[in-house]
Amino acid sequence: MSMGSEKKAKRVRIAPFITILFFLIMGIVGIMTGEVRRVLEQAVQVCLSCIGIG
Amino acid sequence: MEIVRKWIQTIMALLVNGSWSFPFTRTIYQGPLKVVCSPGLNCYSCPASTTYCPIGSLQQLMAGIRIAIENGQNFFGLYVVGTMGVLGGVFGRLICGWACPFGLIQELLHKIPSRKFSIPQKLNYIKYGFLLFFVFLLPLTVVDKFGYGELWFCKYVCPAGTLEAGLPMLMLQPALGQTIGLVFFNKLAILVGFILWSILASRPFCRTTCPLGAFYALFKKLKLVKLRHIEENCTRCEACHSVCPMGVKFNESPENAECISCLKCMDKACKFDAITLEIAGLPMGSRAGARIHRPKQGEVSM
Repeated sequence: MSMGSEKKAKRVRIAPFITILFFLIMGIVGIMTGEVRRVLEQAVQVCLSCIGIG
Repeated sequence: MEIVRKWIQTIMALLVNGSWSFPFTRTIYQGPLKVVCSPGLNCYSCPASTTYCPIGSLQQLMAGIRIAIENGQNFFGLYVVGTMGVLGGVFGRLICGWACPFGLIQELLHKIPSRKFSIPQKLNYIKYGFLLFFVFLLPLTVVDKFGYGELWFCKYVCPAGTLEAGLPMLMLQPALGQTIGLVFFNKLAILVGFILWSILASRPFCRTTCPLGAFYALFKKLKLVKLRHIEENCTRCEACHSVCPMGVKFNESPENAECISCLKCMDKACKFDAITLEIAGLPMGSRAGARIHRPKQGEVSM
């Protein structure tokens, strides 16, 4: 492996951390708007029409 | 490694379906764990489900966005998309290979002895259409007189919902049988179609239809954990092509959106350390015991 490719191989990629941070902030904003409660309300009900019944 | 993966798939399937009181309650789990996102596709109307399905929740939020805004609630799906994005940013489609119950079901079906067929690469793009139209646009734009949309993917397509929720609920509450109609039989036909297709081809639902897989595939260049191709060690023997359950030719397209990081190519196929697992760009090692090999020009392995 050449010096250049060796350096490249050991370089930490920043893009994943920026992506994760972006979506983490998005999720926190969702929590602050009370969306978690709405998700829970939906998830604890059997939506029959959603599963093709009724 | 394949045994470890099967165990993790099984444990994940049991974790997201960890409520076993349904034979007595005859309904679904309704506890607080349902604020936790299921990383893989797992219907939250499944009687055993302890988590929410991100695709189902996202459609619910898109379908009810007008009514929510009218009521002064800013529910735009940020919590759900944020959670999916964090999972996608860390793992990408590794989740499909290691944590999706419906992926596991397809893999087990594919073990049934039969003639096996490949899936044309062009069909892979259909799933992005399902994500865009059936999960976002149609629930958002096609609404009834009250302003509420439908869950297009769940209602008209999702075979996981039919298998994990529709059929079990019919068994638990036989009276529901009187309400089934064309929509249910359409979904049943889709389920049967995918079961048969899974026997004949590897992971057809994941490759052609799954909107969650399509979402995670968007992170192919951005995900933290991924496989890397080491050009210098590759002999182009194409051993990695034959083992891939997703039809990826890894040495030709190492950042292929279909790669589910099952590690079969790294662990089972490549004898030359040309495939390694990396986290944030840092190599974490490759096949245990692989011999370091510097291929000579024109050399290929058998």
